[in-house]
Order: sequence, then structure tokens, then C-alpha cells
Amino acid sequence: MALLQISEPGQSTNPHEHRLAAGIDLGTTNSLVATVKSGLAETLADGQGRHLLPSVVRYLQPGDIVVGETARQAAPKDPLNTISSVKRFMGRGVDDVKHLGGKLPYEFIQTESSVPRIRTAGGDVSPVEVSAEILKTLKQRAESSLGGELTGVVITVPAYFDDAQRQATKDAGKLAGLPVLRLLNEPTAAAVAYGLDQKGEGVIAVYDLGGGTFDISILRLHKGVFEVMATAGDSALGGDDFDQAIAQWIMQQAGISDDASHGQLRQLMHTARDAKEVLSAQDSVDLTAELADGGEWKGSLSREQFHQLVDPLIQKTLIPCRRTLRDAGISAEQVEEVVMVGGSTRVPRVREKVGDFFGREPLVNIDPDKVVAVGAAIQADVLAGNKAEDELLLLDVTPLSLGLETMGGLVEKVIPRNTTIPVARAQEFTTFKDGQTAMSVHVLQGERELVSDCRSLGKFALHGIPPMVAGAARIRVTFQVDADGLLTVTAREETTGVASSIEIKPSYGLTDNEIETMLRDSLTHAEEDVAARMLREQQVEADRVLEALTAALAQDGGLLSNEERTTIDVAMQNLQTARQGNDDRAIKKAIDEADKASADFAARRMDQSIKQALTGHTLEEFEQDLK
Amino acid sequence: MNAATQNYFELFGLPVCYEVDQPKLAEHYRELQRTVHPDKYANASDQDRRMSVQKAAQINEAFQTLKSPIRRARYMLEMRGIEFDDQRETAIDPMFLMEQMELRETLADIPHSDNGLVKLGQLQDDIQQKVKALTNELIELFKNDSDDAMARARANMHKLQFMDKLQQEAENVEEDIANAF
Repeated sequence: MALLQISEPGQSTNPHEHRLAAGIDLGTTNSLVATVKSGLAETLADGQGRHLLPSVVRYLQPGDIVVGETARQAAPKDPLNTISSVKRFMGRGVDDVKHLGGKLPYEFIQTESSVPRIRTAGGDVSPVEVSAEILKTLKQRAESSLGGELTGVVITVPAYFDDAQRQATKDAGKLAGLPVLRLLNEPTAAAVAYGLDQKGEGVIAVYDLGGGTFDISILRLHKGVFEVMATAGDSALGGDDFDQAIAQWIMQQAGISDDASHGQLRQLMHTARDAKEVLSAQDSVDLTAELADGGEWKGSLSREQFHQLVDPLIQKTLIPCRRTLRDAGISAEQVEEVVMVGGSTRVPRVREKVGDFFGREPLVNIDPDKVVAVGAAIQADVLAGNKAEDELLLLDVTPLSLGLETMGGLVEKVIPRNTTIPVARAQEFTTFKDGQTAMSVHVLQGERELVSDCRSLGKFALHGIPPMVAGAARIRVTFQVDADGLLTVTAREETTGVASSIEIKPSYGLTDNEIETMLRDSLTHAEEDVAARMLREQQVEADRVLEALTAALAQDGGLLSNEERTTIDVAMQNLQTARQGNDDRAIKKAIDEADKASADFAARRMDQSIKQALTGHTLEEFEQDLK
Repeated sequence: MNAATQNYFELFGLPVCYEVDQPKLAEHYRELQRTVHPDKYANASDQDRRMSVQKAAQINEAFQTLKSPIRRARYMLEMRGIEFDDQRETAIDPMFLMEQMELRETLADIPHSDNGLVKLGQLQDDIQQKVKALTNELIELFKNDSDDAMARARANMHKLQFMDKLQQEAENVEEDIANAF
């Protein structure tokens, strides 16, 4: 018999306890945190009642960091140390960053790692670290508002984010000390917020134009199941580009040259953004700009001129819209609702053009800035286990095709875009030369046929293939994408069983060592130390394993023979003992043992539940057929 | 019975038959995902979460196979022990190839012609009808178990692949025309 379990004070594992969960919208321009309080999802405000946290981080000196509105206001006077729109650099390499920005106000430095770092007064920082600062601020906001430590968080990402960008976001969550349950696609989150609000059924389109990213998703809603049919987008197109267009127009009119100071350029971007907002309500806006010689330029921008500037950008968003409809296999008329998400959809011209495209008035009743965070909070609440079961299920897709490099620099697609996740798919390859003993596996993401046109996610080598004639070896490469959209690749030579596995660390990603070092650095300022944190993590996992096994045995113990039952009981007792100690590695070992002892049992239970899922059903249908 | 050894039809509680009740398939698919999806295991042990990812992936694969007319045909042929070698597919009948070439020529002319979208619509309707005829034949062929019927089913599946490629190319043309506006 299993020993009775007693929780540590303050760490109750009672399943009926309300777990503190939150949804975070980590945006290009602004970020938000939301939570479900007494059944209602709402965004949380800071001490001054502000919900939107500008995604701006200012580094004053090592350890002295300011996040949010104060940092945003300081941007024009301290442009080099004030980082905004960092989301655009997530999961990007140095070359990408150069290509993206053109005239970036920051000082990027090349390091040994492939991740670009920005030089600031507070030291050299990577985009992941900058994002982690934003997340930490939101974590504190949520925890002081909820009065406890968060146990589960959902962070949203643009649906069109590739593997490298997703991994970077997850790393930022880890660095901020957040228990990330899931990365959720922003349009899906928005659909959840609208879907539950309106008890909708049918096909909806979510048009999400944020500060720096654009996503379009087509979903089918059916009794609480949100099935993404197709998604497309542009991870480098957003409202910032509208501002840029206006700023460039001003520069042209005022005769300001491209090599103006960082501060002046920042100021121009602010002016442009304000102008864009004013033009949502007025027919024209008066503008002023400081000139290098101390003089001032005055002018005005009409709504019509504004439309001319942004129409090409809006047009650019309609191309992916067309593609998603096609991939979903439906026409624009079959879309029953169009949901607008992201601050940039406040621009009336965007609403008008999108309305024309889909032939219907878009929905704007939920604040487009808050809708993503609200949806994420609902999902976090469900995942944390606070909601009744069977209420909500999200089935998402891969936004981009995943493939491998083959002979001649071509890409062989293994998983096409818009495949429902999780997915696992294998492809067989063979050797090119007689006696070849190693094979390099190059993983790519993108739609194009040439390797050079796709994004490289990583390379690894499979060694130890027994020498055979060319074409005789059978190498099976398996791609698995989990519910977060993150990829794992394994390779195996079939005739001998030589295996090689990697969790794809994107070419532009941080290595585990780098993350650990950052974690260590960030914790030297905190009270907690790394060892304590690792022990804590293992203890939490041990509790989870014990809790799950106890419940499973109570429910399905009958599936086991006495002997099998004893093996599991012994493993649980050993884990229980290790859990009381302070050795995180011993706990880890005991968890692995318990996993091994119960692997078969877990598989049997899952198969049983699969069969039971349809039993009730078929009976019902059978009865209906009789009537 | 173990879910891994069940065939896809059994997994979804459907009869082994080329004509699939699509609404029922979709409904059963959702039921199964409600049971195994990783989100149902967010607070479970790492082992259970890994297993749920695998099962959910299996169910997705099975669903996609039964949903697609081409993949379903291939799967049913494989169930009957027929093996495929993608590099060396059997020869296709010359009449069909001639027809394909004509359809392709029609498509190639469309971007340069007036009324391109109208002509494209007609071509797509034409393709749709041919696809419908091929799948209807498949329903009958799979009711029969003879070697001859299976050989013809295989040929039909192959033709459907041609049609599918053509359809995709037609959609590419449609997209190019629309984006050029």
C-alpha cells in the first residue's frame, strides 16, 4: 500500500484548490496580464490604474532597470539604453536584425553566440533578457494583485512565429521564473475570448494587426472546440510600419536627412504615432518637427494622404488572408464572423479594407488591445485545472512547413504548413556514397524549395552508420511538434538502431548553458539561489508524479497484476523518501524510476480512455438510429 | 485492443469503407482529442504529458488520413498488403495523360487571357467533376476485394494525385491574379 501523503504547509496539492493562473500578451508595443476572477477574465492594472504596459525596457546601470511608461518617455533622450519593440528581434540572428531595422537606434554587437546582443549602460543584453524583464514586471503585477505565487501561465505568440521565435519566447518565460504551461497563438486566444463571450458556432476569421506582427487565422468553432483550419501572416509587419511611413513622409517634407540623430528619429516616431491616432478621429492633423539647425518645421497631414501612405501596407496583409482561405478550403462568403485584434485595427482604414475583403462588418466589441490577454487568461485557467472538464479545447496548426535538406540544396517537406498539432511524422532517407558512416541532418522551416530561401533551425549529425553500399542504409528521421508548436527531431538508422536525437535548438537560439548563466546572473540579485530553485523544481515534479499515480491507481488499479502493482508501489515509496531529502539529483533519479515502473500502466490507461471516449457515443447514436 | 494496433477506422468507431461519414468522423475526432490532448495533461507528470503528445499526434494523423480522399485510398490499399514505392509508380493510361496535358495547356493560357478568372472558374469546376467521378469509382472498387479491383483502385488513386497537383496549380494562378489587383 502506498504511504499516506502529507503536503508541506503552503504547498497543498489539493486538486480542488483554486490555482493562481494568468495569461500574458507579450506584445511588440504593449504587454498585458489578465486573469480569471470569479468566472470573469479581466486584465490587471498597475498601481496607477494602467492596464497596458509599454514593452519598453531602459537600462540605467547594471541591476538598475526600468520597464514600462517611464522607460517609454525616456526613449527620445536616452535612445541607446532604452529598448522598445524587442519582440521584432526575438529568435533572430545578427544578419536578420540588420535586415529588419535598416536604421535601428541600438548598438548591436556580435558575440560568440549567434544571438545578437544590444550594448547598454546596464551591460550587453539579448532580446530574450529584455523580454524577460517585461515578463517579470507583469509577474509582479499579477502576484501582488492575486496575493500569491502564480502556478500556471500562458504566454501568447503570433501564430506566424517560427520555431526559433517560439523557443526564444519560452526561454524568456523561463528566465523570468514563470511556470509556463503553454505558448498560445494570439489569434486563437482572441477567438477564445470572443467565442466564449458569444457562445459562437461556425467559421470565424481573426485578423490580428499588432505593433510589429500580422496574423490571420481561420477557425471553426464547435461545442467548445476551437479548430484552427489555417493560419498565415507576416512576422515583420505591423502598426510600427504605419508610423515609419508617416515619419518618413515628415522627413521628406521637412528635409530631414536619414542620418539624423537617434534621439531625433525617436522623436519623429512618437510624432508619427500620435498623428496616426489623431487621424482615426479627425480629417487632418497638424505636425511639427525639430530641425537639426534648431529651427522648426510645421505642416499638416490629411487623412487622404495618410491613406495613400498606409494602403500598400494594408494591401500586404490581404495576401496572407487570401492564402489562409485557400488553405482552409473555403471562400470569403463562408466566413461568418471577422474578429479584429491588435491596436492597429483601431485605424478606420484597416477596418474598412478588411470589411471589404470579407464582405462583412468586422467585430470590434472587445477592446482589441486586451482581447488576446483575456483569451490567454481563460486558457490558463482551464489548463491550471480551475474549470470543469470538457469545456474548452484548442486545436492549433503549424504556421510554416518543416523539412530537411536533401541533395542539391533542396528542401524535402516533412510536415506541411497548417497541419494540426501535435504531430509526429517520419521520413526515410538513405546514404549517397558506398561505405558512408555519418549523415548530416539539416532542419529547415519555410515554404520555398531552396535551402537558402528557408530558415535554418538547426543541424545535427548521425554517426555510426554501418558501412554499406550506397542506398542500402535506411535512416528514419522523425519530426515531432508539440502543442506549443515546438519541434523535436530524432534520427535512427533502422537496420542497426543507431539513434541520434536533438531537441531543436534554433540556429539563432540561446544554448542551455547561456540560459543557465543568465538565470544565475539574474538570481544573484534575488534572494533565491539556483540550487534551491532546482531542488524546488524537482520537488514540484515529484509531487506531480505522486499525485498523478495515486489518482491513477485509485481509478484504474484493476488494470494491473499484483506483481505490477508491487513494482509501482515500491517505486512510489522510494520517490516519497527521496522527496523528503535535499538532493535534487536523487529526486530526479527516483522520478525516472517511477516513470519507468509505470510506463506500461500509463499507456494502458490512455488506450482505455481512448476506447471509452467513443463508447458512450456509439451507444447514443445507435439509440438514435433505432428511433 | 491497443490503440496503436487498431486500424484508423476502428480507432474512430467507423466501418472500414471508402465512403466515410465526414461529419461523424469529425465529431469522433473531437471526442478523442478531448480525451488525449496535451492540454488535458497540463498538470500531469512529464511521462504522461509525453505520452499524450504521442497519442494526440497519432489521432491527428489518423484523422488526416481518413479525411483525405487520396490518403484514405492509399491507406486502404496498404491495409490489404499493397506496398508503394513512390520513386517507381506504375504507368498511367495514355488517355488520362493526354487529358492532363490538355487541362494543363488550358491553365497555362489563363494568366494571359481576358476573363482569366471566369475561365479559371470553369476549369476548376471541370477538375472538380473529374475528381468526383474518380472517387465515386473508388467507393465501388473498394467494395470489391479482387486483385483487379485493387489494381484499378490504385490507378484511380494515382489519377487523383495528378488532379490534386493540377488543382493546386490552378489555385496558385488564382492567387497570382487576385494579388496582382
